[in-house]
Amino acid sequence: MTDRMALIVFSGTVDKLTAAATIASGGVAMGMDVELFFTYWGLNALRKDMMKTNTRFSKDFEEMGPMMAQVMKARKVPAWYELLAKAKEAGNLKIHACSQTYDLMGMKKEDLSEMVDDVLGVAMFIEAASEAKISLFI
Amino acid sequence: MDPIDLGAIKSEKVVDARGTSCPGPLLETKKAITGVSVGGILETLSSDEGTRQDIPAWARKMGHEFLGFIAEPGYDRLFVKRLK
Repeated sequence: MTDRMALIVFSGTVDKLTAAATIASGGVAMGMDVELFFTYWGLNALRKDMMKTNTRFSKDFEEMGPMMAQVMKARKVPAWYELLAKAKEAGNLKIHACSQTYDLMGMKKEDLSEMVDDVLGVAMFIEAASEAKISLFI
Repeated sequence: MDPIDLGAIKSEKVVDARGTSCPGPLLETKKAITGVSVGGILETLSSDEGTRQDIPAWARKMGHEFLGFIAEPGYDRLFVKRLK
């Protein structure tokens, strides 16, 4: 059976989203099945109207956000959502929306990026994570 | 096994990932390997420090052979033989 990675993406700041997307695309490159569960601010960041304009950065290093954004651009680090899109094309990566957040934030399917595969509850994550070799909360 | 003369290798394909940070060179390599015939050699150019460890780890996992790298000024030439 193919190795699996299961990530919970809770954070909605660009720095943590980039870390999550880098780890996820690394997993795909290494031949793993990757299951991403986007919840709370992570899922909020997948809103179509939010995805490309989001410049939020972790509060504890907020003042470095603009500088990091420039450096990442200069180093040709793809945007986190571009990394995810590429990883999705390259292998088996699924993006799940957390049904609780989906409900609490009054989301509709059309509000979210087309990269989102489905809306799932926590039990589905537990099932995926319990058989995963790598499981992280970001 | 005799040491391989990397300088004499004829690469079937060269992918230039210089100037991109992790995971750029790894993803480029993964993508490019399918364009090389089994037994052929893929050469990746990378200026990212982590690639020297990333590509061997990837090759082990995917069942290809990492042949080594040549350090050039400011970048590395990394060689992978496609085995399947």
